Amino acid sequence: MSNSIRNIVIAGLGGQGVLKASDIVAEVAFAAGLDVKKSEIHGMSQRGGSVSSDVRFGSKVFSPMVPDGEADFLVVLDPTQIDVNRAALKPTGVLIEPSILAGHKLKSDKSINVALLGALSRHLDFPESAWITAITGHLAPRLHDMNVAAFQTGRNA
Amino acid sequence: MNHPTAPSRRILSGDEAVALAAFEAQLTLGTGYPGTPSTEILESLHSLGGRAQWSPNEKVALEVGIGVAFGGGRALVTMKHVGLNVAADPLFTVAYTGVRGALVIVSADDPGMASSQNEQDNRRYAVAAGIPMLEPADSQEAYDFTLLAIEISERWSIPVLLRITTRVCHSKTIVETPAYPVPPAPAAGYLRDVPARVMIPAYARPAHHKLRTKLAQIAEWNEREGPLAVVSGSSTLGVITSGVSFQYVREALPQASVLKLGLTYPLPLERMKSFAAAHERTLVIEEGDPYLADAARAAGIAVEAGAEAFRFGELNVARVRRMEAGDLTPEPKPVPGKPPELCHGCPHRTVFTALRDLGCIVSGDIGCYSLGVLPPFLAMDTLVCMGASIGVGLGLRHTLPIDEARRVVSVIGDSTFVHSGITGLVEMVYNPPPTGHLLLILDNGTTAMTGLQEHPGTGRTLDHASTGKFVFENVIRAMGIPDVHVVDPTRDPAAFTELVKTSLDSGRLSVIIARRNCLLAAGAIKQYEKCPEGNTHEQ
Ligand SMILES: Cc1ncc(C[n+]2csc(CCOP(=O)(O)OP(=O)(O)O)c2C)c(N)n1
Ligand code: SF4
Repeated sequence: MSNSIRNIVIAGLGGQGVLKASDIVAEVAFAAGLDVKKSEIHGMSQRGGSVSSDVRFGSKVFSPMVPDGEADFLVVLDPTQIDVNRAALKPTGVLIEPSILAGHKLKSDKSINVALLGALSRHLDFPESAWITAITGHLAPRLHDMNVAAFQTGRNA
Repeated sequence: MNHPTAPSRRILSGDEAVALAAFEAQLTLGTGYPGTPSTEILESLHSLGGRAQWSPNEKVALEVGIGVAFGGGRALVTMKHVGLNVAADPLFTVAYTGVRGALVIVSADDPGMASSQNEQDNRRYAVAAGIPMLEPADSQEAYDFTLLAIEISERWSIPVLLRITTRVCHSKTIVETPAYPVPPAPAAGYLRDVPARVMIPAYARPAHHKLRTKLAQIAEWNEREGPLAVVSGSSTLGVITSGVSFQYVREALPQASVLKLGLTYPLPLERMKSFAAAHERTLVIEEGDPYLADAARAAGIAVEAGAEAFRFGELNVARVRRMEAGDLTPEPKPVPGKPPELCHGCPHRTVFTALRDLGCIVSGDIGCYSLGVLPPFLAMDTLVCMGASIGVGLGLRHTLPIDEARRVVSVIGDSTFVHSGITGLVEMVYNPPPTGHLLLILDNGTTAMTGLQEHPGTGRTLDHASTGKFVFENVIRAMGIPDVHVVDPTRDPAAFTELVKTSLDSGRLSVIIARRNCLLAAGAIKQYEKCPEGNTHEQ
């Protein structure tokens, strides 16, 4: 049963937009009519410590947290957080990290979360338009252009 | 807008789902005090258009809620688990008085202590006070059970505890509404009923009997038509569980039969008994204390409980597999992440640098400034509960040898001072230690730790509109403290250090209010000051 579930862990440091990124992924899966659960620990995250958030979707999801070693994708926004979260990834899982964007320029480091979602999106079967809708739905209008561009950069990197 | 008709589907956190249900049930008032993981309930109630307000602390919040419910209104009172300790006094007696409109008390527990000073299991409060308790397992149930709590509360005129946990509060899952018919709100108005509302002993004695009768009726209802679910599976393994643990059980042990309890006080013991009898082995899987397991065993139901090791921290899928297998081998330790730290440019930094350099014994308190305990400051020596900095500091002053006593400082945040520091200060005036004492109030203009909420000292309401302001220095001077200083510590850190030093040396009672806005809140505070009517849309 759990084979039909997709498990994604997004990690980084407080202030990098980890939770925003996981909200966007959850929204895309929700819009596709799937069962979705998303979990995270907030609290002291605004003080720059480690933050991570789990998103799971499929026909039926129980636990809101991804069990260790079962993540299909680990998206890490800050290189220092790779080792901290590596245990989440399954042996055949895919690590998506900032170095993927090497050679591509983002307008602002602030949109690294959305850029890495672009890279993630290539591995998932959702239409690009669903991603754009979720991104614009979760961000203030003045941030739309920059983030849509970042998403495309990541998707084509 | 208050009468939802079309069913809708959305993805919500548990906190948002509680707020949505309360709003749709035409709640009269939501009150509470911020505390992770409960804070977002009142914030989202406000953004939905409901009436929500922060109280100075949880006790006052509950008392206001009791008044609403006595008047026939519907009240939701929200807090984190330790908040219920503060609110425990009215809690135990409102169980006796009962209510007219619904009174739903939300206790957001934090097993694993993601952001708390202990991991107490507040299911014990439902038993101790004698109030029914519901435990949702996801956002859908957070929504459904909030409505059910309102219904139970009004049907039996009894307050109801909605006990949620971090993973229910902060996980987002799909909610379909209205999944449960929203009961109509009663008409507000006072019905005089002195024996039911005035708990002098003569009236409280019969009220206690009445409470037990109501609980017996609710237990019977729970057996017959309570919110429990049975997943049928193998006859060899049965699991009794509740709350978010249900999710882990379904994933970890898909073959097991499951009895999932929704109303976990008073328990449906007969249902539990027949479920256990139908399985070769019945396991109780619960996070925190062995509450269900103890109750089952006391009722003579043969169940197995998880080993003591699983009482600590949160459960998850892997731990539930271990519980079932009796696997006590060491669990993998998570790789430590980067700990949080005070923001660069945080005004608390200057204060803790001074306290460190002066070699103070710091009786600390809870807030962002608790991070003063970590490097590079290492400048906090005690932290117990909100407000304890003052009493504990005084106790140390009364006890330590003079040269140590003179170095003791109590340090408290502005929101924490309003919450439970004022009575500590009364103690300081009333029973001053021979060496005097120094209290530092770190007034950063917000409740930063829980995400920048307003409090009475900011002079703004939950929606940031201007209101009556509790002015610290006026109140403190009026209390008769001889030395009261208001300073911005960041303006001249050396002068601030000197002020702390002279206050310590004076042998008198002093209060220093270190006033400088939290860096993260400063921009918003400027905006609010420009636009004092507040913010009615965005949360
Ligand atoms: C009884 C209780 N209620 C709520 C909390 C959660 N909490 C801890 S400290 C705090 C207030 C922090 O605000 P403040 O004292 O102004 O310090 P700051 O974080 O702004 O530095 C809150 C809401 C708690 N620990 N205990
Ligand atoms: S949020 Fe505010 S009070 Fe907390 S560490 Fe940052 S600047 Fe300091």
